[in-house]
Amino acid sequence: MEFVLSFLVGAYFIGAVYLLLSRHLIRLLLGAALLSNAVNLLIFTAGRLAHEVPPVIPSGLQVPETVTANPLPQALVLTAIVIAFSIFAYLLVLCMRAYQELGTDDTAYMRVAEPVDPPRPPLGY
Amino acid sequence: MAETTIPAETTSSGLDVSAAYVDATVQAADYLVALPVLGPLIMGALCLMLRRNQQLQPGLAGLTLAAVFIGNLVLTHRVMTEGPVFMAMGRWFPPFGITFNADGLGAFLALAASFVGLVCVIYSARSVDSDGRRYGFYPFLLFLVCGVSGAFLTGDIFNLYVWFEVLLISSFGLIILGNSHAQLDGAVKYAFLNLVATTLFLIAVGYTYGVFGTLNMADLAVQVADTPDAPVVTISLLFLFAFAMKAAAFPLNFWLPASYHTPNIVTAALFAGLLTKVGVYALIRIGGMLFPESLITFNEVLVWVAALTTVLGAVGALGSSDIRKLLGFLVLSGIGAMFVGIAVGGPIGLAGAVLYAVHSIVVMAALYLAAGVIGRMNGSFELSEVGGLYRASPFFAALFLILVFALSGLPPFSGFWPKVLLVRGALEAGEGWLTFAYLAASFISMIAIGRVWLFAFWRSDLPSGPAPVVALEQGEQAAYVTPIFLLVVIVVGLGVIANPGLELAGLAAVGILDPIGYVEAVSPVIPQVMP
Repeated sequence: MEFVLSFLVGAYFIGAVYLLLSRHLIRLLLGAALLSNAVNLLIFTAGRLAHEVPPVIPSGLQVPETVTANPLPQALVLTAIVIAFSIFAYLLVLCMRAYQELGTDDTAYMRVAEPVDPPRPPLGY
Repeated sequence: MAETTIPAETTSSGLDVSAAYVDATVQAADYLVALPVLGPLIMGALCLMLRRNQQLQPGLAGLTLAAVFIGNLVLTHRVMTEGPVFMAMGRWFPPFGITFNADGLGAFLALAASFVGLVCVIYSARSVDSDGRRYGFYPFLLFLVCGVSGAFLTGDIFNLYVWFEVLLISSFGLIILGNSHAQLDGAVKYAFLNLVATTLFLIAVGYTYGVFGTLNMADLAVQVADTPDAPVVTISLLFLFAFAMKAAAFPLNFWLPASYHTPNIVTAALFAGLLTKVGVYALIRIGGMLFPESLITFNEVLVWVAALTTVLGAVGALGSSDIRKLLGFLVLSGIGAMFVGIAVGGPIGLAGAVLYAVHSIVVMAALYLAAGVIGRMNGSFELSEVGGLYRASPFFAALFLILVFALSGLPPFSGFWPKVLLVRGALEAGEGWLTFAYLAASFISMIAIGRVWLFAFWRSDLPSGPAPVVALEQGEQAAYVTPIFLLVVIVVGLGVIANPGLELAGLAAVGILDPIGYVEAVSPVIPQVMP
């Protein structure tokens, strides 16, 4: 099962990197979303997969009877999902505002902060 | 894999939890480890509720950060006398619980960060307008300090990621306050590149968990030493890449000069002081302590990264005409200097890197705040349009000159001692070219920053006529120059009374190179496994 998921994670990373190399904000956004999902899957897979065995100890026992699913990666992934989601929401609004104000979603033409031909420093007094 | 880290006696008997649980009650002094995180977090939330009360917020933020600074002073003193301090959340020992640890490195950097945060609050009392306050400048600032302190003090790699995100989201909020076109443009680049960097970090965290089954730093230090055939190189390369991007080391630096000059000047000062240093800290902590082999494996790469970052930063500063951009390049050059220390390694190199980080936190924040005053008095940040400030304010001119000397590494100011350590460490390691590159870069940055002083203060007339100078009002004088003065006091203090700083940096370096003290402080369970 880990074997299959590894390939899926790899495919996600390929797509994310391809999209993040684009010049257009909307593709960058999709790339960021794909990247965060790739990482979440990666953490989940790294915690080993077990089929339908919740980590619950039966009453009267001190330890679980069988090998159970590892709850820690689930907690980690949950945290990562919340963070990735909030950042994605921020990026979405930021990109929309940038598109409205700067009139382009092509990063090659977004040169307000870094003008193409900035003034040179004075060479003497 | 995860099960192997649980001690057998705990799981078999089930009732004997002494190995997993702190029996003794938590001492009141131990809460100081969590104060730098909890204080700003709670007060930031309070400030968010008091959004409409704009008079109260600066006071609340200032008081919080003053308390955090004093707490950090006590904590640092305790770390120096007693060794690493730790606190287990919920009193569960690692690897079951999450810990907060303060060792020399974390405490020293947290101390410097809280001081800069406090100073920035004083400066912001006048410089942040009511719009900025209404949109949450103070909550963001407090959350930023919370995230930075959390990153310096946490003992768990996943929590380090979480604190990275806390400070990242706060910095997203701060960088966009004001909503100008340049800010939107800068924020897009800043946001995407930093998001990619933290995501790379999370990938590395995921692999670390998959391989070692633990994320606690102390536990991990033991596990890594015990697992010889683990794919350490892959994991540490990912960490290296992520932190180099966070720290803005060449060739991953281009987001910094693109974004740091766009926001409000207090925000820029906070960013320049704190954010990149978190990347350097994480690299020292994870590269130096957890995966010590990685710094040796990639030594050749690090040497090149260090030399190129520091030289290109200095040359970039020389070629900039906007003072804020120029300072952004100087931040880069300083990062290069810290990488020199990391690349050289050993007690001297690491101590140099740590001391340089503290020096850079203070000096870069002070220089940005001073640039704000220059911009306020001259009405421009362009080198060709500033001038005449020496006559208008000799005291401020003297403060700026001290900062110029400190940045150039001249005695008796704070830049001198890290420079001595770095040069000595690099020479002892036989890195002649690296030493040359570093010294050349620091000479070029001296020219670059010295030129700012010459243009803004020394010359009184522009080619087009007398320089336009708007004198500061009475209240502004106090609100703007006092914070810079406070930072300059630290700059002079670190230079003249060098021993505490050197001692603390040495302690930090030794703690990184030999983490047994750190591991023992964290858990009485783990050292038994140590070979």
